[in-house]
Amino acid sequence: MVKVEHLVKRFGQNYAVNDISFEIGNGEIVGLLGPNGAGKSTTMNIITGYLSSTSGSAKINGVDILENPIEAKSMIGFLPEQPPLYGDMTVDEYLNFVFDLKACSFDRDAHISEIVNVVKLADARGRLIRNLSKGYKQRVGIAQALIGDPKLIVFDEPTVGLDPKQILEVRNLIRTLSKNHTVILSTHILAEVQAVCERVIIINQGKIIADEKTSELTKAIEEGYHYEVKICGPTKDVAQALGRIRGIKTVTSTGERDADAYAYIIESDRGIDPRKPIFNLCAEHSWAILGMAPMGTDLESIFIRLVDRDNGVEAKPKQKQPRAH
Amino acid sequence: MLAIYKREMRSYFTGVIGYVFLVLFLAIGGAIFCFTTLFSMSADITSFFTYMMIVSAVMLPLLTMKSFSDERKTKTEQLLLTAPVSLTGMVFAKFLAALTMFAGSLIINSLYFLILYPYASVKTANLLGNVLALLLVGMTFIAIGIFVSALTENQLSAAVGTMAIILVFLVIGLVNLLLPANFWLRYVFDCVSIFTRFQAFTNGYFDLSSLLYYLSVTAVFVYLTIRIYDRRRYN
Repeated sequence: MVKVEHLVKRFGQNYAVNDISFEIGNGEIVGLLGPNGAGKSTTMNIITGYLSSTSGSAKINGVDILENPIEAKSMIGFLPEQPPLYGDMTVDEYLNFVFDLKACSFDRDAHISEIVNVVKLADARGRLIRNLSKGYKQRVGIAQALIGDPKLIVFDEPTVGLDPKQILEVRNLIRTLSKNHTVILSTHILAEVQAVCERVIIINQGKIIADEKTSELTKAIEEGYHYEVKICGPTKDVAQALGRIRGIKTVTSTGERDADAYAYIIESDRGIDPRKPIFNLCAEHSWAILGMAPMGTDLESIFIRLVDRDNGVEAKPKQKQPRAH
Repeated sequence: MLAIYKREMRSYFTGVIGYVFLVLFLAIGGAIFCFTTLFSMSADITSFFTYMMIVSAVMLPLLTMKSFSDERKTKTEQLLLTAPVSLTGMVFAKFLAALTMFAGSLIINSLYFLILYPYASVKTANLLGNVLALLLVGMTFIAIGIFVSALTENQLSAAVGTMAIILVFLVIGLVNLLLPANFWLRYVFDCVSIFTRFQAFTNGYFDLSSLLYYLSVTAVFVYLTIRIYDRRRYN
């Protein structure tokens, strides 16, 4: 469906996208993951024909976006980072305009009504877009992308700025769409990719650093064990006892206190899960465990780990709290 | 292309710009008509259209200032540029929408001259020539306007920039007053001056070279607008 080959985009001296290649099959739902400024939007803008690449090519269903833009664009529905809405139109007028713009050959009223129902906009059809809330605007943006029933749908950060309930709704919607469409979405939230996508392409500083099934990625994340454990008990004894457990490399007492428990950072050997031995040890000494959490599931740590994994080096995550998404 | 044209026409009337333009253009046109013909008891066509050309030079930038700058500011251009529409179609749609507004108000203004028919001998051919000339000049101004509006995302800069370029095209002929006779630059300036060429029409000549001049200046600016959008994708 989408074939991107050696895509390079240079802005002046800066490479926004530096030699990216990937292929996306029919009906796949793929997440582009990366921090802000990694090149996700640029990649999407090139695929949809908004920007031209400095070199390399992007093909939609075999049609090159630069050589035959109109044919390629007619197969794409695009929701840019900021939904392209005209504030002076009502939702209905706007969707009709997009319908004309894309020169659709469907039955107009039926098609628009169907989309309006899918994105749950039915109660806002007569309202001016300017007066809609952020969540509604985003839905109009999604509706716009769906008009014409394009084979490929590209969503650039579809859940940014929405409240938690709306985020869940949009994710569910995207999952529904993936039954009949190929979907590419970008995000800087790991949990979003895990919730929605089958496959993830991780981009950092304009380069792909991982391209794999979401389940594989989850495994990679869990591979290097770093846990923060909070245990009630005499600090010295606990630290020593923990250090004696087979497979635990280092135990660091952070000195951080939670009620009458102290926090320890535990690093175990690769491939060894220390959680059960820790529990057994504490049960033996009747030290209560108040908390045990894996560390380094934030995007930055994952990058470091993925890059290190490729280089065959044992990963060292940043000493940071797990990200709550 | 038709979709963009329709949306553009609509947006003139959902905002204030369309109404402000029509009200001012028609009101000023009416006042000028009164002064140049009714009050001075003459069936003079030339001075009305000369004044109206100056009015157009000020008013048309207001009509075109929004066309691309606003799309860029609100990022709606991303919708147009990723839709299956050619750049040429997009630029022409905007150009034609502004031209429709201008042509409509110009035709209404020209109808004033029907009042004079019972009382004076109005030269119909001369009248039509003047309408055509003003239409051509307006077309040129609109092309300049959408070109400048594609350069910036600030409407005010677009309007002021357009007026500045139009002013240069208008007054370049006046520089000739300072130049010695038979100096070669005089010839160049006369060729380029919109005003000098317009005078030929108002005086009753149908000047084919001027017709071509207006059409080609328009074509150049429309082409440049398309090129700007084509070029911007690479930056």
